Amino acid sequence: MSVLLIAEHNNTDLRPFTFNAATAASKINEDLHVLVLGNKSDSVAKAASEIPLVKKVIHVDNEIFDNFTAENYTSTILKHVDNYSHIVCSANTFGKNLMPRVAALLDTSQVSDIVNVISEDTFLRPIYAGNAFATVKSTDKKKCVTIRPTSFDPAPSTGGSAEIVKSEPGDKFESSKFVKREEIKSDRPELGTARVVISGGRGMQNSDNFKLISAIADKLNAAIGASRAAVDAGYITNDHQVGQTGKVVVPDLYIAVGISGAIQHLAGMKESKVIVAINKDGEAPIFSVADYGLEADLFEALPQFLEELNKLNSIQK
Amino acid sequence: MKILVAVKRVIDYNVQVRVKDDGTGVVTDNVKMSTNPPDDNAIEEAVKIKESGKAKEVVAITIGDDKAQETVRKALAVGADRGIHVKVDGIVEPLAVSKILKKIVEKENPDLVFMGKQAIDDDCNQTGQMLAAILNWPQATFASKIEVKEKSLEVTREIDEGLETIEVNIPAIVTCDLRLNEPRYASLPNIMKAKKKPLEQLNASDLGVDTKARIEQIKVEEPPKRKAGIKVASVSELVQKLKNEAKVI
Repeated sequence: MSVLLIAEHNNTDLRPFTFNAATAASKINEDLHVLVLGNKSDSVAKAASEIPLVKKVIHVDNEIFDNFTAENYTSTILKHVDNYSHIVCSANTFGKNLMPRVAALLDTSQVSDIVNVISEDTFLRPIYAGNAFATVKSTDKKKCVTIRPTSFDPAPSTGGSAEIVKSEPGDKFESSKFVKREEIKSDRPELGTARVVISGGRGMQNSDNFKLISAIADKLNAAIGASRAAVDAGYITNDHQVGQTGKVVVPDLYIAVGISGAIQHLAGMKESKVIVAINKDGEAPIFSVADYGLEADLFEALPQFLEELNKLNSIQK
Repeated sequence: MKILVAVKRVIDYNVQVRVKDDGTGVVTDNVKMSTNPPDDNAIEEAVKIKESGKAKEVVAITIGDDKAQETVRKALAVGADRGIHVKVDGIVEPLAVSKILKKIVEKENPDLVFMGKQAIDDDCNQTGQMLAAILNWPQATFASKIEVKEKSLEVTREIDEGLETIEVNIPAIVTCDLRLNEPRYASLPNIMKAKKKPLEQLNASDLGVDTKARIEQIKVEEPPKRKAGIKVASVSELVQKLKNEAKVI
């Protein structure tokens, strides 16, 4: 049996997490096919065919996929699942929105957010905000699985030349309408895939003070994150939130500034390779996961940090 | 308009969860339990819509063992009109939960079903989408703003890239984000009044829903522990360590 990966894209390019999901999908079964549903999306189907792990691309191009709604995706996915044992996609807001709709109509109990593939039917997944890991075995004939992208390396993007097969869409769903998308454009690396992340919490006190964070982010070519408290307080927009209900990040370096370290925040960053915490409260729980802790007032420490970085001859990008 | 709100009883969000020594699950004995946090947002939003005059009735439903009734009583104490408890013991997977909710939807005919976007115990993030699928209703997931129109809802959704706005025709399912609103606290008089509000009890088996697990839980383990770090005395020491010891900058 084969695995069908649902591609996430913007009608021009594959979104980065599709490459991580491809790695996980090919660990389930090497006969990996990709389903691309888009509008004027030939370049996406081509990009998917160039992933060496991919054996076949099914491409359905239709205006109903212009905004990637779960309702329109689902009817078309269901038309294409017959020959597959597994339907998979990334466990980000795209996949979280989509996959349960597909699973329910296949009468399958979905396995969400896996961090390891143990066998074709057995997976490892975090529960309780990552405070426990469950090994689970799916007994459904057809399995629906979402993949925590940061737990798998991205698949190589070039060198493959899989066959691209055109196919037809399912029914259009009439009771839902896309209105608008407000994407926050940034020249910085994406939070989910950045090598370095620097995050601010309630200790930042206001949105203006995030300038101290962005100055360092510029220097380190880092993405900017935030705790839920900082987002709730309106210091920064929701796309920056790291944690149980935000994004999960696994950078080489994570710098937590003015973040106390609630369980829900730790869930989103504690797998980072090196963690730095800067906080004036020496008892803050963030220090229990930090490799390097600095007990200091962030308003003094951040300008000094920038100054020290400026003194270095070279900085990794 | 009638709004059905699904609430789940989970280990309180402030509790440091511990794994059982025998690897069969996590410790729940003598552990503080409460309503799944985004389910509180779902109740709050439904009650606000009722207070604005756009809904007539808010019905809270929970699925679980006898103690799960506490979450319905709490919903009643903050403004839900009546409650439903569907009794099931043990773990009920989101697929089975959505099938039970479908039975209740067929019985109650609500115009909207609200619930939290994710339960903080199993972290599945599935139930709302599954219910929408089997009812063939539109879904508005991860909602941070809801505007009720005549025959539709305009919903702002939190997505990885920022915000997305969609319009869904009623009837619809909405799964709520923590930023949707600020849930109110129940006052003591309202807690007392809630005890007199009607709470219907049903059994999952009477509804004809098979709740047998499809996913076998083989074992539950502690996550790998991080090795203890160090405190540095100054910013310059921190930068030196990052450059020369950790080699990450």
